[in-house]
Amino acid sequence: MIKVIDLHKNFKNLHVLKGINLNVSKGEVVVIIGPSGSGKSTLLRCLNKLEESNSGEILFKDISVTNCKNGINKIRQDMGMVFQNFNLFPHMTVLENITLAPIKIKKMDKKQAEDIGFKLLGRVGLSDKANSYPNQLSGGQKQRVAIARALAMSPDLMLFDEPTSALDPEMVGEVLEVMKQLAAEGMTMIIVTHEMTFARQVADRVIFMDDGVILEEGSPEEFFTNPKNQRAQDFLKRVVN
Amino acid sequence: MDFSFLKNYYMFFLEGAKITLLLAILTIFFGVIFGILLALMRISHNPILKTISAAYIEFIRGTPIMVQLFIVYYGLSFIGITFPDINVLGSSFPDLMAGVTALSINSAAYVAEIVRAGIQAVDKGQMEASRSLGLTYFMSMKSIILPQAIKNVLPALGNEFIAIIKESSIVSIIGIHELMYNTDMVRGNTFKPFEPLIVTAGIYFIITFSLSTIVRTLERRLKTSD
Repeated sequence: MIKVIDLHKNFKNLHVLKGINLNVSKGEVVVIIGPSGSGKSTLLRCLNKLEESNSGEILFKDISVTNCKNGINKIRQDMGMVFQNFNLFPHMTVLENITLAPIKIKKMDKKQAEDIGFKLLGRVGLSDKANSYPNQLSGGQKQRVAIARALAMSPDLMLFDEPTSALDPEMVGEVLEVMKQLAAEGMTMIIVTHEMTFARQVADRVIFMDDGVILEEGSPEEFFTNPKNQRAQDFLKRVVN
Repeated sequence: MDFSFLKNYYMFFLEGAKITLLLAILTIFFGVIFGILLALMRISHNPILKTISAAYIEFIRGTPIMVQLFIVYYGLSFIGITFPDINVLGSSFPDLMAGVTALSINSAAYVAEIVRAGIQAVDKGQMEASRSLGLTYFMSMKSIILPQAIKNVLPALGNEFIAIIKESSIVSIIGIHELMYNTDMVRGNTFKPFEPLIVTAGIYFIITFSLSTIVRTLERRLKTSD
């Protein structure tokens, strides 16, 4: 589904990604973990070109993301993204947030887009909030709407950038539940998170990053019970306790 | 004070106010359109567009509006732009267009700075979320960023619109029969230098106060989502 080859990224003098290689196949759920500043969010943002990488290549469904001139909008339509801070559009209702892209880009008629919108709101358990504005929702509800919004374009791949990091603890569960359900339905997902229990439950593969490189990857069982890399061991010790 | 001149001259004030309103509406319309365009140029990553916009804004803000008005008034015909010489509400159309052009050129610079501030105050995540859905930069600007930006700066825009109405009085010097011009005619004809000014000040105030009321109402309406 998506293939990353020797990806490098600099912010001025800061070398954030130092040669990332990654291959995610259809239906796979990959969880990226690692300490703050390890480059995991940057990697995720490079995948849909919110950050411009400096060298290396990204192929999404065999189309180059890194070297596309005008095709990036087309590519992004098939790649949903969920942000740490939700980024819902505050001047639109929940339903308008969800139907915006299908109407604007897929030229869907309003009725059809709204049908999809209601269906998605049902899936994330917020059917009664269709006409609310984002500021009337709790953090967990906002994030569930954001997930529905990304799903409205029926993407092939979903990117999650620390989707629960800005949430109050009691709201983390409801968002993770939606994500689990999504994973169970076979969605290809790449998730950056600090939720270790969740990572263990939902991941097909765990990737541990530190200092701009992938230090270890493997099945969650393997990684959480018997990490081989020293820094991964230290990290797990710190976050699990 | 003697306002008895009004019964003979009230039409001068009304006709003048009509032209003043027409000038203001056209100026606000073009000023906002070009202002938004300049703001987008100013924040673009293209160094040429950026420089053009910055230079324009600095130049317009750094020169008197009266000079700009005369430059446009004589400049339009100098560079070969002419308008059909027809009569609009008692004023010549070419003069009116020169007035609207000068006022719009002036106002666009101020609107641009206001809108730029508004755009930059919108959270960066809004553009990212919109682009991540596959919307183009301009679609995102139009549907996501500008509506929020304009809402943020509505009070400042309201001030600018009020300034436009007041500053439109300057075009009386190129002979447009707007409120100020007609006031001077009344003052001359009636040999009353003072009283007509009171009437005119009242009319300007009614116009600007109505406008600020409209802007305030609009602000309140848009607040529903906050």
